[in-house]
Amino acid sequence: MRDVAVVSFAQHTARREDSRNEVEILLPVVREALKPTGLEAQDMGFTCSGSSDYLAGQAFAFVSALDAVGPWPPISESHVEMDGAFALYEAWVRLQHGDIDTALVYAFGKSSPGDVGRVLALQLEPYVLGPLWPDSVSLAALQARALLESGKATDKDLARVVARSRRQAQSNPHAQLSGAVEEAELLDQPLYADPLRMHDCPPITDGAAVMVLAAGDRARELCEKPVWIRGIDHRIDIQSPGARDLTVSPSTTLAGQKAGATPDVDIAELHAPFSSQELILIDALGLDESRTTINPSGGALASNPVMVAGLIRVGEAATRLAKGEGQTAIAHATSGPLLQQNLVCVLEADR
Amino acid sequence: MPEPITEIITPIRMEYRYTPGAATSQFLRNMKAGKLVGRRCTSCQKVYLPPRGGCPMCGVEFGEDVPVKNTGTVVTFAIVNVNFANRVIDLPYVSAEVAFDGADTTTMVLLKGVGADEARMGMRVQAHWLPESEWDYTLANIDYVEPIDEPDAEYETFKDLV
Repeated sequence: MRDVAVVSFAQHTARREDSRNEVEILLPVVREALKPTGLEAQDMGFTCSGSSDYLAGQAFAFVSALDAVGPWPPISESHVEMDGAFALYEAWVRLQHGDIDTALVYAFGKSSPGDVGRVLALQLEPYVLGPLWPDSVSLAALQARALLESGKATDKDLARVVARSRRQAQSNPHAQLSGAVEEAELLDQPLYADPLRMHDCPPITDGAAVMVLAAGDRARELCEKPVWIRGIDHRIDIQSPGARDLTVSPSTTLAGQKAGATPDVDIAELHAPFSSQELILIDALGLDESRTTINPSGGALASNPVMVAGLIRVGEAATRLAKGEGQTAIAHATSGPLLQQNLVCVLEADR
Repeated sequence: MPEPITEIITPIRMEYRYTPGAATSQFLRNMKAGKLVGRRCTSCQKVYLPPRGGCPMCGVEFGEDVPVKNTGTVVTFAIVNVNFANRVIDLPYVSAEVAFDGADTTTMVLLKGVGADEARMGMRVQAHWLPESEWDYTLANIDYVEPIDEPDAEYETFKDLV
């Protein structure tokens, strides 16, 4: 495999972008990510984006977003109707071809214009489950209920995840929700979608993230501390939530194995929009919280731009390794209902 | 065996609070005030009408607002012989791409005041606005364009827009 590194990353998140559209949000983030590399979007060997037209409510919204990279003269580009982490995967595969050395990955999503719970219901199979319009929070509550009933976790464990997220998010300028909160305080809050409380659910966030990748020596030319992708893989579970055990995530475990993830990493950024899902992911990856710092950014519970939050996990992990906060990290991203599809990326700081 | 189910209908309705963006919002506010105003790209200097989130050629934000005239040139056109649903105009009608004077992009508008067989590229036209009382945040404030008494523009002057 060809060595590919994250050489730059930038993000923007906000509670609600009332005046700017997706292109206007993306433009400064693209510029911020490119700046330290000295490159322009036109210099990239490949460009790949992740987003969902259902968030904007406009067919082919992803095409107009290309305005943000100035695709003239024509550039080599692609798009996934998924989180930007899966666009990163496509760009990584493209770099493996060996004929290009750089790639630009971007993701954008405004969760605020529509009802994001209903938007996400559209990813369900359209014949039996979709027409019932189960919103994403209600589905997550069913999963959390199954987890609690299985005896693998208690509501105290959910509160512990949220308290840690809020605490660690205090040092994340992109976090929407942060603060020092006691677990007991959290458990005093009313139930929102039994057994989930409001704080077990992600905030509604608008945002964008942009990453520059480079292969081999080119990565060292472009930045002082490239963070190497040592392995990346994604796997998928059966689509129907009623046909699988919701308390486990075999696709995460398998993706982790294929990517070469081991539990002895320093940092893990897990894309778990709901507190209950973080517990499932920690278990699937065999992580030990006393060894590994889980979600030092606060994770998706702190800030959750839909279609962007997964790529942000990779960017957060890479940024921390570049700063010397650790030597190895796992970044995880999810797509589909209830952790249906999972991507694991193993990162290592330059030696 | 029961009859096989070959078709189901699953209604989908989504509601959005649409955000046109800063550049388009400003354009629409100007339309409401009866003014055609584009924006200039800080890189290629082209004036976009309507302005977009960013220049699609250069990948940069737009700069200054640039007033655009009500007169322009028919760059290309289509003669429409079939009405769309919900739209009833006497057939045939001419849908024209007009480069308004001062803009470097074209805008699709209805061409009236001339028979479909007389429409031509290069024809000089002028915007006919709805009565002021009907102006809203929309390009539809321009009801149509109609020919003006000026010689046709030379093809060379608009060939890049075709």
